Amino acid sequence: MKLPIYMDNNSTTRVDPRVVDVMLPFFTEKYGNAASRNHAYGWEAEEAVEEARNQIADLINASGKEIIFTSGATESNNLAIKGVAQMYKKKGNHIITVVTEHKAVLDPCKRLEREGFQVTVLDVDSYGRVSADQIREAMTDKTILVSVMAANNEIGTLHPIKSIGKLCKEKGVLFHTDAVQAVGKIPVDVEDMGIDLLSLTAHKIYGPKGIGALYVRKKDPRVRLEAQMDGGGHERGMRSGTLAVPSIAGLGMACQIANKEMAEESKRVFRLREKLRKGIMDKLPESFLNGHPEERLPGNANISFAYVEGEGLMMGIKDVAVSSGSACTSASLEPSYVLKALGVGDELAHSSIRFGIGRFTTEEEVDYVVNLVVKEVNRLREMSPLFEMAQAGIDLKSVQWSAH
Amino acid sequence: MPYSAQILEHYNNPRNVGSLSQTDPNVGTGLVGAPECGDVMKLQIKVNPATGVIEDAKFKTFGCGSAIASSSLATEWLKGKTVDQALSIRNTEIVEELALPPVKVHCSVLAEDAIKAAIKNFQEKQTNVEASELVAAK
Repeated sequence: MKLPIYMDNNSTTRVDPRVVDVMLPFFTEKYGNAASRNHAYGWEAEEAVEEARNQIADLINASGKEIIFTSGATESNNLAIKGVAQMYKKKGNHIITVVTEHKAVLDPCKRLEREGFQVTVLDVDSYGRVSADQIREAMTDKTILVSVMAANNEIGTLHPIKSIGKLCKEKGVLFHTDAVQAVGKIPVDVEDMGIDLLSLTAHKIYGPKGIGALYVRKKDPRVRLEAQMDGGGHERGMRSGTLAVPSIAGLGMACQIANKEMAEESKRVFRLREKLRKGIMDKLPESFLNGHPEERLPGNANISFAYVEGEGLMMGIKDVAVSSGSACTSASLEPSYVLKALGVGDELAHSSIRFGIGRFTTEEEVDYVVNLVVKEVNRLREMSPLFEMAQAGIDLKSVQWSAH
Repeated sequence: MPYSAQILEHYNNPRNVGSLSQTDPNVGTGLVGAPECGDVMKLQIKVNPATGVIEDAKFKTFGCGSAIASSSLATEWLKGKTVDQALSIRNTEIVEELALPPVKVHCSVLAEDAIKAAIKNFQEKQTNVEASELVAAK
């Protein structure tokens, strides 16, 4: 077993060796520009790109013609949101999104707000979910776009995408979903779910970093976008720039593998996730799972450990690569805005750790992590004044803290 | 964030973890920080009332590794010092000793505050003791 153990698969994933194999020839042998229409090198590259389009499309039940390549999900989200807003601004200026979205959705929305758009940011319930009814109530005759992520990156909660998509269809409003965490992990079907625009990225599904795609629906309705990058008119004019052929081939292969193995893999990942979650939570009283208990990504477990600070705990389990919702720095004492949106108290938000199980996680690694986390949380609780006070029956909320 | 060897050493082998009796008139307790800010430090000193020397110091800290290391170091420095000497400990000395990164300077400030709060608590208790002794003498 190699240390440190990688358990941060919601952040990024190891590239599958099968993906690397597919990419390599495009660096040194098949290095043509996919836009070169007049020689064999170009044709070869173009063929690889078209194959990748189809591999991606197959995974989400789209057509290859509806796939636009970008540098990753941040660009896909920006292109979708700003592109729709600018193209449809005559129709309306209202956008609906959710407070727990990734910054790559929230920040473009904020920028649009400064440019005169109206943005409604919906709250979530204590599991981190938004409902189609909430969206229905927020809609006005000026609404042009709804953007709701399929699965949350921090807490793994799945939103009811299908009912939101259906609502948007009824109302004639475009529906964008940031499906970065969901694609390749759970079934995503743009037809069945009524999705008009969908962002995905390779590095969350065992592909390379720096390549992503945006699905843009071509009919019923045909979605139009204002390009954010002008130039050679690549990608139906929506995203100019020479295509990253090796990366695109890698993304295509990553999607093909996911498509073929998702059903089996998600079962295995789920089983390991549950083993980890139960193993830790059964042994540690006052540990809490953040997010939805069932409607969540198979590989995600976000757990708060009362009386222990997340960053302090991460240092204790340095042999495990994880993330914390804590932000113990002098610049910002604010813990995760996602956890806060769920109504998780600040002190528990500071105590959270995100575990992400993935394709390459082993049973042995899970056992090791369970033992280590239990040991360290207990050690740090023995060192924690909050734990001591709680043991003594003092209500921590009644204490007059010296905020700083 | 890369941590210095000094921080790691104190984090892995914290000195003087524990609690002293809060009812002891010779013990001063400082509790600073807040759970919602992500760090709470409890620092205690036991002072010899005759000599004014800190004979024991204990801490408990909820916080990041730098907060734990800062309080651990503070207890080490407090032992053997007089109350007046303890009052002159500055957070910048803790920053230097532990090589705290700039974003963690806050932890050293908290440790300095905890020292001051513990001393203040001890002095208040002593004043009360003297007052009650005076009353008893009369």
